[in-house]
Amino acid sequence: MASLKELKGRINSVKSTQKITKAKQMVAAAKLRKAQAAAEAARPYAGRLAAVMGSLASKVTVSESSPKLLAGTGKDQVHLLVVANSDKGLCGAFNSNIVKSALAKARELEGQGKTVLFYLVGRKGRAVIRRQYANAVIAMFDTTEVREPGYEEAERIAAELVALYDEGKFDVAHLFFSEFKSALAQVPTDVQIIPVPAPKAAEGGAAVDYEPEEEAILAALLPRYLRTRIFGALLENQASEQGASMTAMDNATRNAGELINKLTIQYNRSRQAAITTELIEIIAGAEAL
Amino acid sequence: MALHFELVTPARLVRSDDVYMVVVPGTEGEEGVLEGHAPFMTTMRDGTLRIYKTDGAAPEEIQVQGGFAEVGDNGLTVLAEHVEG
Repeated sequence: MASLKELKGRINSVKSTQKITKAKQMVAAAKLRKAQAAAEAARPYAGRLAAVMGSLASKVTVSESSPKLLAGTGKDQVHLLVVANSDKGLCGAFNSNIVKSALAKARELEGQGKTVLFYLVGRKGRAVIRRQYANAVIAMFDTTEVREPGYEEAERIAAELVALYDEGKFDVAHLFFSEFKSALAQVPTDVQIIPVPAPKAAEGGAAVDYEPEEEAILAALLPRYLRTRIFGALLENQASEQGASMTAMDNATRNAGELINKLTIQYNRSRQAAITTELIEIIAGAEAL
Repeated sequence: MALHFELVTPARLVRSDDVYMVVVPGTEGEEGVLEGHAPFMTTMRDGTLRIYKTDGAAPEEIQVQGGFAEVGDNGLTVLAEHVEG
């Protein structure tokens, strides 16, 4: 049985931990609202661009001469897994879920005899992936210097990916991130980003003049579409991270509360027991006289 | 009657207005878009977008990078990666 002093110490330490988790929970709630607003604000652009790509796709047929970003390299051997994580922890299983889905995909691809490479965004998740695929990590993108990854980061990531693609380092790229469903549910998702999956063709609208012609516009828009996809994923990831963090910290705060109650009961019992023993000793002493 | 004009960047909707005319720096030449323009799409040079609020008014200038313009039934939409001014 722990002494009274030890118990008191533990109660105090759990209390201060609870204060930290509570603070982090409130911070996450505030940041979540911001992240959601940012995701909301990005929607018109992404929607418009997807619509334009759709109407272009219905006009252009994918052939050998199509841009490489759309038609692919003609091979399907080397797969690049782009894994987007956060830089900070304290967000429950958020990062490990993304990493887990990426590793599962990697094993599946390896089972099919493909080569797997990794491109890591964010600080978390590096250790786990490097432990298992030490030589497959070709690049890591550092986001620790910026507070929130924005469009500039998406541009840089896309540029690096396209450069690697043009060098022929990989044939197919998948992007792993966490899709934000609600503050309680974040779904690890993977999408193919290179070659750009042919956008759903919009049903033939009015006759539209293109300047320059369709193929040239498509070629100009593809990298932009890629950037937008990555940007969207980064935004989803941020909202997911904050949501996961909020839930995890809420749980932690509640657990700490339970623990404090349990310890307090234990503390009171031990105190009572000590008093009773003392009383018995005094009475026994008095009777002996 | 006015032209409905929207300027959108990846991060936000910058403008959504009814204007008289917008001059778009298309890759194949400047293009003045008025209300009722036939549907068309063009990529844009990095350059200046000039917005005329009313006929003959002094234009408002916005620097645009990585732009794309689309004219459809619901007016002119400019998608730009970077906007200044």
